Amino acid sequence: MSEKLFVKGNEAVAMAAIEAGCRYYFGYPITPQSDIPEYLSRGLPGLGGEFIQAESEIAAINMLLGASATGVRCMTSSSGPGISLKQEGISYMAGSELPGVIVDIMRAGPGLGGIDASQADYFQATRGGGHGGYRIIVLAPASVQEMYDLTMLAFDLSDIYRMPAMVLADSVIGQMKESVTANPRPATALPDKDWVVRGRGEGQPQRVVKSLYLGDGEMEAFHWKMHARYQELADRECRWEDLETGDADLIVTAFGSTARIARTAVAMAREAGMKVGLMRPITLFPFPKQAYAEFSRRCKRFLVIELSTGQMVDDVRLSVARDAEVDFYGRPPGAGSLPTPEELFGQIRKVYP
Amino acid sequence: MRHDVFIAGYGGQGVLLAGNLLSYAAIHEGRNVSFFPAYGVEKRGGSAMCTVVFADGDTGSPVVGHPSVSVILNQLSFDKYASKVKPGGICIINSTLVTSDGVELPDMNLIQVPMNQRALDLGDVRMVNMLACGAYAAATGALALESLEEALKKALPERNHRLIPANIQAIRAGADAVPH
Repeated sequence: MSEKLFVKGNEAVAMAAIEAGCRYYFGYPITPQSDIPEYLSRGLPGLGGEFIQAESEIAAINMLLGASATGVRCMTSSSGPGISLKQEGISYMAGSELPGVIVDIMRAGPGLGGIDASQADYFQATRGGGHGGYRIIVLAPASVQEMYDLTMLAFDLSDIYRMPAMVLADSVIGQMKESVTANPRPATALPDKDWVVRGRGEGQPQRVVKSLYLGDGEMEAFHWKMHARYQELADRECRWEDLETGDADLIVTAFGSTARIARTAVAMAREAGMKVGLMRPITLFPFPKQAYAEFSRRCKRFLVIELSTGQMVDDVRLSVARDAEVDFYGRPPGAGSLPTPEELFGQIRKVYP
Repeated sequence: MRHDVFIAGYGGQGVLLAGNLLSYAAIHEGRNVSFFPAYGVEKRGGSAMCTVVFADGDTGSPVVGHPSVSVILNQLSFDKYASKVKPGGICIINSTLVTSDGVELPDMNLIQVPMNQRALDLGDVRMVNMLACGAYAAATGALALESLEEALKKALPERNHRLIPANIQAIRAGADAVPH
C-alpha cells in the first residue's frame, strides 16, 4: 500500500484527474472549488498538458466540448453559479455524445447564495441541468478518498457511456482534509474512440461531432438510443454503500457530506439499542432504485436527510415499496446550517418506529 | 477508538496549523483522520476554528456538535464554545487570555495552561499553538509526543524546518504544563 497523504477534497480531485490521464483543464475560479484549478495550474503544464483559466465559465465548458471532440481526457470544475452558466455547453456535449468530467463543489444558492455547503443542486445535476431532455452520470463522494477514487471512475464511465460525468460534492467534502491513499488508475477496458475529430487521416470517411439532427426521424432515434443507454447505466453502474441495514427498523439515507454526519448519528442510535441502518447512494444518476426497493421489502421506515428543503427525497419515495413510510429532515444551506450528529440522532428518535 | 478535538481561537494564533499538526501525528500513528476547518459567520470577526477526528476505523462525521475535548485559545471562543464540551469531557484553556471565573462548567475537566505566558518565556508568542498541541497530547494521552514532533516535518513547510527544535521545545513545555 502506498503512503497515506493528507490533502483537501478538492486537491484529491485534481490529483485523481492527473492520475486518470486528464491533461486538459479549463475553468474559472469560484469558492469553494478554486483549489482544483490552483493545483492543476501547477500540475498540468509540466506533464505536457494544458491549463486554461478561461474568460468565463461558458468559455470553459465549450473548450471542454472542443477538447473532448479530439478524444483527450479533459475536465472542468465550478460551483453553483458557474455550473448554471455551463448548462448550455453540457447540453451540447450530451447532444454530441461527448465524454468529459465536470466537478461541482456545491455552495448555497440560488443566485450568488453563499459559500457554505449545500446539496440543493441535486435536481440540477440528476435531471441533466440544461435543455433538451438528457441525463449525465452523477457521482457523490462522501470522503476525500472518494473524491479521489470517484473522479477516476467518472473519467472511465464518461468514456464508456459517451456522456458527460459529474462529480457532485459540497464545500464540506471539498475543503476538509483527510488521510488518502493515492490509488493507481484502474485498468478499465475502454472502448476505442473511433468518432474523434483530429483533422488527420486522409482518405478516411468524414467524421462529424454535432448535436443538430434535422433529418426525418433522426432526432427521435437519437433520443431512443440515449434512453436505452441510460437504462444500461441503471442496470450496470448503480453504486451505493449500506451499513447495518440487515435488521434495521429504520434506514437513514443521505448522500455526500450529510451521509457522513448521519453515519455517526446511526452509530449513536445503535449504541442506544435502536435498529437503525444507513443507505448512502454513491451514484445519484443512475439512482439505485432497485436497492431501495429491496430494502423496503423488509424495512418500512426511511429517513432522508439533505442540506436542502428536499430533493433526493422524491427519488427515494419513487423507489421504495408503496407501504413504506418516508420521512424527511432537511437543513437548507447557509452559514450555520450544518446539522450535527446529535441533531440527526434527535430526528432518528422522533421517527423511529 | 474514535477521538475528536475542537480547537478555537482568533486568526493568527495558529489554530489551523495546530489542527494540521494533530492530524499528521495521528496519520503517523496509522490512524484515519478528518480535519474540518469550521466555517461560520464568525470568520468575519477573525475567529478560527477546526475539528480533528481520528480513529483506527471510520472517522464518521467531520462535524462534531459536542466535542469530547476542546482546546480554547481566546476568551471569545471560551464564552461561545466551552459549554458545548460533552459531559465528562476535557476543556483545555489558554489561561493567559481566558478566564473561566464565574462560569459554571459542571462535569467537565477544565485544564488551565498559561500558553501565551509560556510561549513568551520560550521567546516567541507565536509558539502558543505548539503549547496547545503538547497540552492536548498530555491531557488526553490520545497521541504520543514523539508523533507530534515527527509530524512537524510534514505540517511545516520546508523553509521553516529550521524552527523544528524550537517547536519541539514548545510542544514539551505545553505537555509539562498539564497538571498530572
